[in-house]
Amino acid sequence: MPIRTVSSENFERDVLQAEKPVLAEFWAPWCGYCRRLGPVIQALAEEAGEGLVVAQINVDENEELETRFEVMTIPTLILFREGKAGQPLVNPASRAEIDEWLSAQGIEIR
Amino acid sequence: MAEKTLDVLIIGGGPGGYTAALYCARMGYDTLVAEKLSPGGQMVLAGFLDNYPGFPEGIDGFELGERMRKSAERFGAKTVFEEVTAVDLAATPKRVTTHRGEYLARAVIVATGAEPRELGLPEEKRLVGRGVAYCATCDGPRFKGKRVVVAGGGDSAVTDALTLSRICEHVTLVHRREALSAAQAYVDQLEQAGNVTFIGGAEVVAIRHDRRVTGVTIKDTRTGETRDLPCDGLFVAIGRRPASDLVLGQVATDPEGYILADETTRASLPGVFAVGDVRTKAARQVITAAADGAAAARSVAAYLRSLPKD
Repeated sequence: MPIRTVSSENFERDVLQAEKPVLAEFWAPWCGYCRRLGPVIQALAEEAGEGLVVAQINVDENEELETRFEVMTIPTLILFREGKAGQPLVNPASRAEIDEWLSAQGIEIR
Repeated sequence: MAEKTLDVLIIGGGPGGYTAALYCARMGYDTLVAEKLSPGGQMVLAGFLDNYPGFPEGIDGFELGERMRKSAERFGAKTVFEEVTAVDLAATPKRVTTHRGEYLARAVIVATGAEPRELGLPEEKRLVGRGVAYCATCDGPRFKGKRVVVAGGGDSAVTDALTLSRICEHVTLVHRREALSAAQAYVDQLEQAGNVTFIGGAEVVAIRHDRRVTGVTIKDTRTGETRDLPCDGLFVAIGRRPASDLVLGQVATDPEGYILADETTRASLPGVFAVGDVRTKAARQVITAAADGAAAARSVAAYLRSLPKD
């Protein structure tokens, strides 16, 4: 599935009330670490199939979401399930770290 | 996953790894690159490169990484985003385990690069992203109008201090030695910046914090006296270390951990090659890593030809 762009306007509907779990990346265009993570976020979106939605939230344009979820540094990944935010993953250094973090929350991507 | 044996498995998708992949694939070898995060390696975070020839306007490091990946894939090299967790380089064929599976390969090229050296303070890791940083061009914008400390005194520390001086309110550069070892041109710019203080003969011995960094404690290297410097961020720029943990004990390394190999890139075990920043060498640049990749492919070809036919 393509990566979904999420903002304050559609956050409630597309993330909190989503039927499927949503992996949201908090990012910004100027952020080098976010760019570095880009290919893996893309790969996750392609491999996730029907079980998971991959979304991106631009923190420069959505400061209230950044504040609400206490995102202090980017990139930060948060998995939302049934309206609840899980433990964030800050600036992962490998695909393995993301897979492990997802797996701890019951999501396996194979 | 390990149903067939690859000709070449390359660990790491930086300029060394993808140049090796390009040459090996173009020679017709079955070639796989295992990259843990992003094609390009360290240059992804380097920003704009002015010293890679062929790009008169300069080129963005991330863009160059993607181009190198595509160059290699044009000839059939493949990439998997997997972190290599273990290797058995003495086995025949060689065995490479990743976080998602296992691969067999006749030859292995180690292109794992280098990573920033840490101060080694107990609270350092926990505070990464909460005020502790290793990349001024990446993290600098988060410290707009704030006070930061840069630890280090070489070219990278001084250029980081210069980058930050344009963003931050104040920059304090703390270096263990009395004098900076950076190039004079950089030091001159530092003096002209106007908002950079240099403290020589002192080292950062503690990071003070609540949820975020609130300051550092520095210690005078001669008198042993300590004092506190309030700040919002600490940028660590004390050099790099080779990312060779994976192969330590299997191939020979120098005391710093760089894999011992000459320009042929041959490591101490047959069929194992080391390219780029992880190899013992004088100049660690994008172009010298790429050069290693080309040399490695030649050595790989000679090695594969020498193997008995199966």
